[in-house]
Amino acid sequence: MIIVKRYLIEIMDLKQLYQDIILDHGKSPRNFGKCVGYNSEAKGYNPLCGDLVQVYLKLNDKKKVEDLTFEGSGCAISMASASIMTDLVKGKSCEVVKKIINAFLKMIKNSSEMKSDDLDNDQITKIMSLSGVKQFPMRIKCATLSWHTLISAMEGKKEEVNTEVID
Amino acid sequence: MNIENIKSQFPIFSQKINGKPLVYLDSSNSSQKPISVINRLNDFYKNEFSNIGRSIHSLAVNATNKFEETRMSVKNFINAKSIDEIIFTKNATESMNLVATTFGQQNIVKGDEILVTELEHHSNYVPWHFLRERKGAIIKFAPINEDGDIITDELKKLITSKTKIVAVTHLSNVTGTIVPIKEIVEIAHKKNVPVLVDGCQAIPHIKVDVTDLNCDFYAFSGHKVYGPTGVGVLYAKKKWLEKLPPYIGGGAMISEVKKGKIVYASPPEKYESGTMSTAEVIAFKESIKFMESIGMDNLIKHEDKIKNYALEKLRKINSVKIIGNPKNKAGVIAFTIQGIHPHDIATILDDDGVAIRAGHHCCQILHEKLNLTATARASIGVYNNKDDIDMLCKAIDNCKKIFD
Repeated sequence: MIIVKRYLIEIMDLKQLYQDIILDHGKSPRNFGKCVGYNSEAKGYNPLCGDLVQVYLKLNDKKKVEDLTFEGSGCAISMASASIMTDLVKGKSCEVVKKIINAFLKMIKNSSEMKSDDLDNDQITKIMSLSGVKQFPMRIKCATLSWHTLISAMEGKKEEVNTEVID
Repeated sequence: MNIENIKSQFPIFSQKINGKPLVYLDSSNSSQKPISVINRLNDFYKNEFSNIGRSIHSLAVNATNKFEETRMSVKNFINAKSIDEIIFTKNATESMNLVATTFGQQNIVKGDEILVTELEHHSNYVPWHFLRERKGAIIKFAPINEDGDIITDELKKLITSKTKIVAVTHLSNVTGTIVPIKEIVEIAHKKNVPVLVDGCQAIPHIKVDVTDLNCDFYAFSGHKVYGPTGVGVLYAKKKWLEKLPPYIGGGAMISEVKKGKIVYASPPEKYESGTMSTAEVIAFKESIKFMESIGMDNLIKHEDKIKNYALEKLRKINSVKIIGNPKNKAGVIAFTIQGIHPHDIATILDDDGVAIRAGHHCCQILHEKLNLTATARASIGVYNNKDDIDMLCKAIDNCKKIFD
């Protein structure tokens, strides 16, 4: 619980939205490109702003994420969000990844705390850097696009994720 | 009227956005409203409200007369020949759908061609796409050059014996291109092809004379020309309104209804079924009065001055790229900043009280042509001044600092 309290940051202003973690990941996204041997992929699109994310997922026999990369173009928030996401799910099982995604979406949409036993402090700090979008309702979909797209890749869905169709 | 003090007529500018004075540079999307328009809406609802055209009590007679007064104002404002050529709709989108649907129903068969341009807003493309889906029509796109001007020679070549209509914007909501409509109408008419003009962006910024343009249809929205939402106008030559089938069926658009037979009313009523945006249309007269009180010459001179100042200042900012360099450009300035996505620009500018738009501005065909997914857009209204442009540039600097 101490950890949770530590990250109950009220991000109110713009500088905190465009803080160093976001700008760093936005400008130099990690895990960018197609990973070798990916066995699932999914595409996500935000028709309102043209943000496009394609994720490449490599799952092993035990349904663990061996590798996850992405390609795409969009605003700093969408790129940073995808970059941060790909960085923290590697080595985790699909089940755990889904739990993390749900916790993230709940945090962003319902302004709730980010609770996860599956992430370390550093990883929670990174995720919470995205919580600033809560103050900018028009930008929430920028932050959630890649996460919805990853769900689609894990479920092997063929159709494109469209932010105007999902929540 | 002193155009420099015009902001004082717009109550919205007395408030602050994020603690800063509002710098509104999103007039291409929708304009702010002068107090006269707001008061008229209020007065009508408070003291004069009634539906129009149905009842014979005093309020109804007054409302009907006031509604028709706006029709007369619109007719004079765009120099139509007759008030019967002015149809009120919900917005320009509905006006264009009205034409596409009724014209298409009567005149388009499989294999017929519809010529639009690469500058078009989705509202002047999607309604035609319906005819591609439903009737098997073919849509062709007249190309633009890299400056954002329509290549009229190419447009000319694209009009074939199969072309049934040309649909073109008068002023691009991205590049600010002022399109030579008169020339295009002449080209099309030589081949007996009618022309629909999307005048949404042109109406607030340049002189529009539909008789001089000689176009067949001219569509625009009231809300972009300092008027209320819910008011659209379709100008159409009388011959078309008499010949084309009705669009929406119901009350007011009929003259006789029997079990076996229905006779439609004459235009404009033929196209105005159901209760209209009564208060809004009546208040729209005040918007036209507002435009006339400034005078189009003064308005154009003022907006040109602000546009030129903006272009000059923006060009001096490193890494800002202005999209399109058309021969005649209005105060619609789409731009990009290297390394910063337009949505980040819009969010950061908003924090400084500067309202711009970011995205594809409902022009995905144009953005694809320009190899862009999105642009930021500052668009000028009559209330903007040099201080607004200075604030825009300062906010862009702040934006660059965050990303540096």
